Amino acid sequence: MQADRESLKLGLTSVELRGLYKDYGRQRALSDVSLTLKAGRVVALLGENGAGKSTLLGILAMLIRPTRGQVLCDGQPMDALDPLRLRRSLGVLSHEPRCYADLSPRENLLFFAQLYGVSAQADASARGRSQLVSEALERVGIARAADRPARTLSRGMLQRLAIARTLLPQPELLLLDEPYTGLDREGVALLTRLLAEERERGALIVVISHDFEAVAPVTDQAAVLLRGRLQAQAEYAPGTCQGSQLLTLYQEAAKRAHSPKSKPGPIQEAL
Amino acid sequence: MTPKEASRPTLSITMWAMLALSIAGMLIAPQLIMRAPTEPTMGFVQRIFYFHVPCAWLAMLGAFVAGIGSAVYLFKGSERAEQIAAAAAELTVLFGLCVIVSGPLWARKAWGVFWQWDVRLTTTALLWIIFVAYLFARRYGGPGGRRLSAGLALFGAADVPMIYISVSIWRTIHPKTSVVPSLDPGMRPAFWLSMLTFTVLFVVLMQMRLRLEQARARYSSLYLQAQDAGLIDD
Amino acid sequence: MSSFVGPPPSFFRQLAMLLWKDVKVELRAGEMVYATLLFSGIIVLLFSFAFLGGTPPTVEVMAGVLWVALSLSGMLGISRSFEREREADTLRALLLAPVERSALYLSKLLSISLLMLLVCCVVVPGLCLLFQMSVGGPGAWLRLLGLLTLGILGFAAVAALFGASLGRARVREVLLPLLVYPLVVPVLLAGARGTYGILYGTPESLADATRWLKFLLAFDCMAIIGGLWLFEPLCATE
Repeated sequence: MQADRESLKLGLTSVELRGLYKDYGRQRALSDVSLTLKAGRVVALLGENGAGKSTLLGILAMLIRPTRGQVLCDGQPMDALDPLRLRRSLGVLSHEPRCYADLSPRENLLFFAQLYGVSAQADASARGRSQLVSEALERVGIARAADRPARTLSRGMLQRLAIARTLLPQPELLLLDEPYTGLDREGVALLTRLLAEERERGALIVVISHDFEAVAPVTDQAAVLLRGRLQAQAEYAPGTCQGSQLLTLYQEAAKRAHSPKSKPGPIQEAL
Repeated sequence: MTPKEASRPTLSITMWAMLALSIAGMLIAPQLIMRAPTEPTMGFVQRIFYFHVPCAWLAMLGAFVAGIGSAVYLFKGSERAEQIAAAAAELTVLFGLCVIVSGPLWARKAWGVFWQWDVRLTTTALLWIIFVAYLFARRYGGPGGRRLSAGLALFGAADVPMIYISVSIWRTIHPKTSVVPSLDPGMRPAFWLSMLTFTVLFVVLMQMRLRLEQARARYSSLYLQAQDAGLIDD
Repeated sequence: MSSFVGPPPSFFRQLAMLLWKDVKVELRAGEMVYATLLFSGIIVLLFSFAFLGGTPPTVEVMAGVLWVALSLSGMLGISRSFEREREADTLRALLLAPVERSALYLSKLLSISLLMLLVCCVVVPGLCLLFQMSVGGPGAWLRLLGLLTLGILGFAAVAALFGASLGRARVREVLLPLLVYPLVVPVLLAGARGTYGILYGTPESLADATRWLKFLLAFDCMAIIGGLWLFEPLCATE
C-alpha cells in the first residue's frame, strides 16, 4: 500500500520558475521572474496590490499560460507532465472559499474527497472517506457546524472550510493567495500551525499575504514582487523569521523600486 | 520590425497592384454588366446578382478562414491565427451585410416580397448574426473574450451546414424560388470579372486589417519594453 | 491526520459524482428550479393571452409556442445556474481538481438537460390544457418525447460549452443568449417543425417528424462532439 501511495504522488522536490513574463495587452503583470521552490519550505510572496502575485500563482496552478519563460518541476517543463497527475498533487487556496453554498461543509468535503480519491483508510470505501472528512472538520475547528448549509457559515468559518478542502488530498504543491482573509486570531494561528504541519510533511508552499506577522513564523524564504518584478529575496533559518524582518525587506524593496534613479534595463529589440 | 520595416508604406507593391486591379475591376465591370444579356424572367433587376453572388461567396470564404484561424488559435495558441480569424470575421460581417441587403432588394423587385425564407439567404443571415456575435464577444467578452469568440467561430463554421440542411428541409414544403439562374454564356465575362474584382478586394482588405492588428500588437509590446526600460512612468 | 490517496476515480465515476453534485445543489437551491418552472408557466400563459381570439390557435402556432417557451425558460435556468457557479467560483475549484474536462462538460450538459426536461413537464401539459393541444396516440407521444429529448440535448450541448467558458466579463448575461441562440436555430427549427408534424397527425406529417428526429440526432452528435473537443481550450488558460 505504501508503494502504491508513493507512485500516485509526483514526488515533487523542487519547482523552478525561470524568466517568467506575462503580458495582458499593454499591461505587463510579470517581468522576468525567476524563483526556486523546494520541498519542505514555505515561500512568502509579498507585494503591493496588483495582479503580479496572483498571476504568478495562476501560472503555478496551470490556470494561466506565461507569455515567456518556463516552469520546471524537478527539471521537467510543467506542460510536459500529465495535467491530471499534477492537479492531484496541487492544492490552491484563494481568498474566495470556492465552496458550494447550498451543501453542508461535510457534503462539500465528501464531494472533494471523492473527486481526489482520498480516504482515511487504505480501501476506497465510503466509510474511510467520511472518517477522513470528520477528521478534517475537527482539524480546522468547524465540526459543530458541519451539517448546516455552507451559506449559513460566517466568513471565517467558510475560510476554514476552504482550508480543509485544500489540505484534504495532502497536496505536494500548495499555493495560498491571501489565505488569512476573514480569519479571526484563532483562525490565523490555526492556519499558521497547519502550514507548519504541511511543511513538515514535505510540501512546497507559496503563501501570498500582506499579514507579515501571521506568516513570518513559518517563512523560510521571502520574495518581494513589485511592479511585476522580483525586487528582493531573503532566506531565513526555520522558525527565526520575524514579521518586522519581512516588513523591512518589503520597505527597502519598495524604496528601491520607486526611486527615480532605478536604472533602465536594456531594450530588447532595436527600434 | 527593423527600421526599414517600420518605415515601410501601409501596403506592399503587390497589395497596391491588387488594389489597383480591384478598382479597375469596379470601373470596368459595370460596362460588362450592361453588355451582358438580360435574363428573361427577372429582367433588368437580375443584374444585381453580379454583386450579390460574389459577396455571398466572400462571406462564406471569410467564415471558413475565420473557422480555420480559430482552430489554429485554440489548439496551437497562435496569435497570428487569431488575428487572421478576426480580420476574416470582420469581412464576413461586411460582405454578409451586402448579401442580406442586396438579397431582399432583389427579391422585392423580382417577386414582390422582401423576404422569402430562401435557404441560402436565411443561412447567410444566420451566419452573419453568428459573426456579429463573434465580434461582440471578442470586443466585450473580457480577458477570455478572444477564446470565446474563437470557439463561436469554430462551432459556427461547423453549424452552418446544419443550418443549411435544416432550412432546406423546411423549405421543401414551400415553393422553391430559383435565386441563381443558370449561367448564360453571355453573362460569363461580367460574372467572372465581378468575382475576381471582389476576391481581390477581399485579399487587400484582409491584408490591411491584419497589418492593423499586427501594428497594435507591436505597439503593445514596444510600450511594455519602454515601461521596462523606465522610459514611461506607469 | 493521515490520508490515503487512492486510485483516481474512473471517468464514469467522475461524471456520476459531478452530476449528482449538480442535482443536489439545484434541488437544495430550490429557488432556481422553481423560478424557472414558474417562468415557463408564465410564458405559456402570456402566449395564451397573445392569441386571445376565442378560436384555438393553429397547430403551427402551438408547436412554435412549445419550443419558444422551452428555449426561453431553459436559457433563464442555465444562465442562473452558471451565474451561481461563477459567484462562488466553484467552477475554478473543479478546473483545478483532477477531473477530466470532458466529464465536467458532460455533467453540465446532463444537468442542463434534466432541468429542461422538467420545464417540459410544465409546458406540455400547460399547452394541452390552455391550447387544447392534442397529441394523438402513443406513437405520436413517443415521437414527441424523442423530439424533446434530442432537441434538449442539442440545446444543452451548446449552452454547456459557452456557459462554462463565459468567465467574468461584465456583459456575460447578454452574451450567453447571443452566442447560443444563433447556433441552436437548427434545433428550434427541427423541434418546431417536427412537433407540427406530430400534431398535424397525418401519416405523411408523422413521417416528416421522423425525418426531423433523424436530423436532430445528427445535430446532437455534431454538437456534443464539438463541445467535448472545444471545452478544454475554451475553459483553459488565458
